[in-house]
Amino acid sequence: MTLTAIIMMIVAMVTVWGGLALAIVNLARHPEAAEDEPTPPVEL
Amino acid sequence: MANATTQTKRREAFGSRNVFILSAIGSAVGLGNIWRFPYVAYEGGGGAFLIPYLCALLTAGIPLLFFDYAIGHRFRGSAPLAFRRMSRAAEPLGWWQVLICVVIATYYAVIIAWAAMYTWFSAQITWGKGNEQNYFFTEFLQMGDLKKGVSLEFVPQVGIPLIGVWLVVIIIMALGVKRGIGAANMILMPLLTLMFATLVVQALFLPGAVDGLNAFFTPNWEALADPGVWASAYGHIFFSLSVAFGIMVTYSSYLKRKTDLTGSGLVVGFANSGFEILAGIGVFAALGFMAQAQGTDVSGVAASGIGLAFVAFPTIVSNATGGSIIGVLFFGALVFAGVTSLISVLEVVVAALQDKLGWGRVRTTLVVAIPVALISIAFFSTTTALQVLDATDAFINAFGIMAVALVAVIVVAWLLRKLPALRDHINRRSSFRLGWVWMLLVGALAPIVLGYLFVSEVRAKISEPYEGYPLWFLAIFGWGMVIALIVFAILLTLLPWSRRSHAKLDPEYDEFLVTERYEPDAETGTIALHDDAAKGARS
Repeated sequence: MTLTAIIMMIVAMVTVWGGLALAIVNLARHPEAAEDEPTPPVEL
Repeated sequence: MANATTQTKRREAFGSRNVFILSAIGSAVGLGNIWRFPYVAYEGGGGAFLIPYLCALLTAGIPLLFFDYAIGHRFRGSAPLAFRRMSRAAEPLGWWQVLICVVIATYYAVIIAWAAMYTWFSAQITWGKGNEQNYFFTEFLQMGDLKKGVSLEFVPQVGIPLIGVWLVVIIIMALGVKRGIGAANMILMPLLTLMFATLVVQALFLPGAVDGLNAFFTPNWEALADPGVWASAYGHIFFSLSVAFGIMVTYSSYLKRKTDLTGSGLVVGFANSGFEILAGIGVFAALGFMAQAQGTDVSGVAASGIGLAFVAFPTIVSNATGGSIIGVLFFGALVFAGVTSLISVLEVVVAALQDKLGWGRVRTTLVVAIPVALISIAFFSTTTALQVLDATDAFINAFGIMAVALVAVIVVAWLLRKLPALRDHINRRSSFRLGWVWMLLVGALAPIVLGYLFVSEVRAKISEPYEGYPLWFLAIFGWGMVIALIVFAILLTLLPWSRRSHAKLDPEYDEFLVTERYEPDAETGTIALHDDAAKGARS
């Protein structure tokens, strides 16, 4: 492989898979809120 | 109130946010990721394609994904019901999406059936070394001529596995959102990732693999000056993420109220692209081997779609050491990626009719899926299946999916002006907040790009008959089909919603509107809402 091809391969992996990793980290930092369902409609 | 809630069946829901995310990834990752992306990227400048591709992902793909999530989650319904709740006049958009999904499901299933057969063939190289092309078109598909019209001649080696695919899919659908769709994705998606990763590692060890990767990643910077390359990046991202044809609206309507929509969407968007990069590496490593084995350049063997999967890959399987394993992994991956996408397409249809008729899951699934399966078997297990598939796919992509997306963004952003409300709905529960940039991307950039792509498709399809098919054939399976979808969408909108349908009776939705302090729904709001609650909602 040429040097430019190797660089582009690394850039592609870092941006896309890195983006995926960041997205997963962001989601893990915001854990799913417990659903207090069914939310009582006032009188309950 | 409590009685009303317990008497009416609760809307189905995904077991957890992670199940939703895996199901949405399962929907987005389909055949296109494996057999389309590698070639589109290669043709569009190799490594340089990364730039338009990432731009398209960030400025169109993910913003439109959020747009779909917002509609489905805010209006909590299948595509027709969600659009109806947004505005009565928008309901035909939902039915148009439903009908598009009906058409896609009919032919998507047969590709899965071929791939399932080829998983089996790979184990014993049934096609015979050197006979790959002839085997697929002549012996397996028994491809006939269109001159005698559309054939009704049943090809058993295609038809029987196709029936099998439908049986499996109908069982998954009948089990419901949680136990069927969610469970299938929880099993198939990790398995698909594992299989594909193994395939890629194996492909990388083939002689010539490095040449394939070199061809795939070497940037051709001049390609960036070509508007066609940018258009193909946007077009690809758009189809790849399965946005704007009802799937993501339907899936997000099964999310719990307090779900981080954008945080989930970012994972789905990047996971889909992550899979594409993996597929690009695997496919081009294998093509590098094929080029070396045939003594040509990678450019001489690069292909996409059916040619890549059912001619090039069998050739690789015949020639590589351990080829059978590569074949089983590759075709098995196609089957799994296809099934998870097919169930998402069908769910658009099942959910719409469930909402419209107020029926239970199993009954609706059977009433919807059996006729779709019969149409699928009638058209796609015969000797002219490939031509019908090719024309239908080309026309539904351009004048179905792309057209409905274009109309939907214009209607929602400009006529109904709902983007600020959708943005606020998303921001109330999401980690990644949206602002005017998102509205600009969905309201301005998306219509411009989709409009450009749509016009160029119209020009291309009008200037000469698609693939040189006979005019009567294109008039039925091309133009006629796409126009019929719009006509039927309007007719379906005119059919009244019964009193039992979710448009008229949905206490859960009323409750949701109250807790969210949204205006009560014009139709469901007529049922017993507690006075104070109703006042609270209106204030």
